[in-house]
Amino acid sequence: MSKANLLDRRQVVSALLANRKDVVAIGGLGASTNDITAAGDHARNFYLWGGMGGAAMIGLGLALAQPKLPVLVITGDGEMLMGMGSLATIGLQKPSNLSIVVLDNEAYGETGGQTSHTSATADLVGVARACGIGDACAISTMAEVEAFAKAVHDVSAGPRFANVKIDSANVERILPSRDGTYIVNRIRGDLGFQPI
Amino acid sequence: MHARADAADTAPNWPDDIFATLQRFDVRQVPYVPDAGHSRLIQHVLGSSTMRGIPLTTEEEGVALLAGAWTGGQRGVLLMQSSGVGNCINMLSLIPILRFPFLTLVTMRGEWGEFNPWQVPMGSTTQGVFELSGIKVLRASNAAEVPAVLEAAAGQAYNALTPTAVLLSQRLIGAKVFTK
Repeated sequence: MSKANLLDRRQVVSALLANRKDVVAIGGLGASTNDITAAGDHARNFYLWGGMGGAAMIGLGLALAQPKLPVLVITGDGEMLMGMGSLATIGLQKPSNLSIVVLDNEAYGETGGQTSHTSATADLVGVARACGIGDACAISTMAEVEAFAKAVHDVSAGPRFANVKIDSANVERILPSRDGTYIVNRIRGDLGFQPI
Repeated sequence: MHARADAADTAPNWPDDIFATLQRFDVRQVPYVPDAGHSRLIQHVLGSSTMRGIPLTTEEEGVALLAGAWTGGQRGVLLMQSSGVGNCINMLSLIPILRFPFLTLVTMRGEWGEFNPWQVPMGSTTQGVFELSGIKVLRASNAAEVPAVLEAAAGQAYNALTPTAVLLSQRLIGAKVFTK
């Protein structure tokens, strides 16, 4: 079910991470974690292979612990729907260095392409805004993606949320490490923390 | 309202002991879903300059939050009541996979003079759910043992990365009493 004028998920994520500098990027369970891998493996990439619904909250914990670092959560519509309450929690805490991007293909792409709630009725931008995330927008052009990527580096003006309607085409699987302790300890090491 | 089931008729100070231990272990993020048994501790946290109290919409959010906090260099503790433990189950899989320090303090319902039958099923399976999920369970049943139990729990959680749940028994907290 392809619609006109939808963005390509890999192009979107590449643009978000092209000039990432000190950004810590969290990829939600599913294709999003592969997308951040495809943009280039990085010591500050947090790849999720499970814990569906937890990506935004991992971002919140990291953002509160490291308030000067830009933290960017990139996840899918199904993963965000499962953790929708976390938008209320984030709206209350208002971490100014946290940004969330939903790659919205209106489907559960990893499980056979079943339609998600965003294909018909659910409006995640409206949810984010109603939860107190004032900077929440729907993105439909690459120019808007590039502007959002710049805004991510302003750690004093978040939290911000963007829902990007993307093509539901399946793309090549580019898989990151599945070793969670390696992933976490690599980020911690890059942030200057010693092993326990 | 809570009737003190098994203690003197004074304000309990075991929550103060818990707060002091958490301070000593440099706990910084305190996600919680409120419970009457945690109310005094939550007040301390919200008044603290070093800890951040983070109200959740559901308990599983707190598990994911603590994973992010640790990745960013901070320790946390999750406060909830026994009914919330069931809400966490799949997210508990992050703990062995990411291997971050996990400590949760759980006020128990569904035991020791419980009035509300709806609390009993989850209260009865709380310990089993934790153990099946690879989390060690310690229990405090009276105020006198709270400091030692907290010390042991925080020590093994933060120093040995042994995921630990402390069950604060309904006998300690006092069975909830409903009056017309």
